[in-house]
Amino acid sequence: MTIRVQIQDFDAGFEISKLRLARPDVGAVVSFVGQVRDLNEGNMVAALTLEHYPGMTEKSLEAIVTQAKSRWNIMDATIIHRVGTLNPLDQIVLVAVSSAHRGEAFNACEFIMDYLKTEAPFWKKETTDEGEQWLDAKETDETARNRWKK
Amino acid sequence: MKIKIFYFARLKETLKFSTEDLELPDEALSILKLKALLAQRSDTWHEMLMGKLKVRGAINHELVDDFAEIHDGDEVAFFPPVTGG
Repeated sequence: MTIRVQIQDFDAGFEISKLRLARPDVGAVVSFVGQVRDLNEGNMVAALTLEHYPGMTEKSLEAIVTQAKSRWNIMDATIIHRVGTLNPLDQIVLVAVSSAHRGEAFNACEFIMDYLKTEAPFWKKETTDEGEQWLDAKETDETARNRWKK
Repeated sequence: MKIKIFYFARLKETLKFSTEDLELPDEALSILKLKALLAQRSDTWHEMLMGKLKVRGAINHELVDDFAEIHDGDEVAFFPPVTGG
């Protein structure tokens, strides 16, 4: 398991290749890359600043991967989440999961993202023409997470 | 008992506190009781911790509910619902 919270950018291709390297038992790697958008709720976004709770964030991401591992037969997972100030077009998060068959990796990747969005302690502050404001949690994210509880 | 408290995001910014050490009487203390205690500091504290804003609490890096018990040496944190990803 690789969990990293960092200011620097990441190379998604390189991270994905690490999950396959010397692993002929891996048949699938599913990945998700989140990017900062320039438009949010009608406002042009100039920047996004991410804050996190060092220690708890890493621990919570590890717990999410452990939960995914107990639900699906996945081999490994990588989560990289950026913090600090980001701009539109910047990558913000990577989740990549490896498994023998695609179904397990697809499910686990989506599960990890849904839980990350609702449980890992990160907070976004947006800078637009109107000034700065903290973003509110979205109910749709909560709904997406709750699907997995059925 | 002695505890450490961290505040994040909107709470940190509005309360102008990122962390503090508190010494409290040795009696049963829940997250809710601590919030109520801190809310007495001013209207702003009250609004941030007991107002409309949904505040989540953590003890020693674990998300907890309002009834969770705080013990000597614990690291407590208060923050708004998370918005990462």
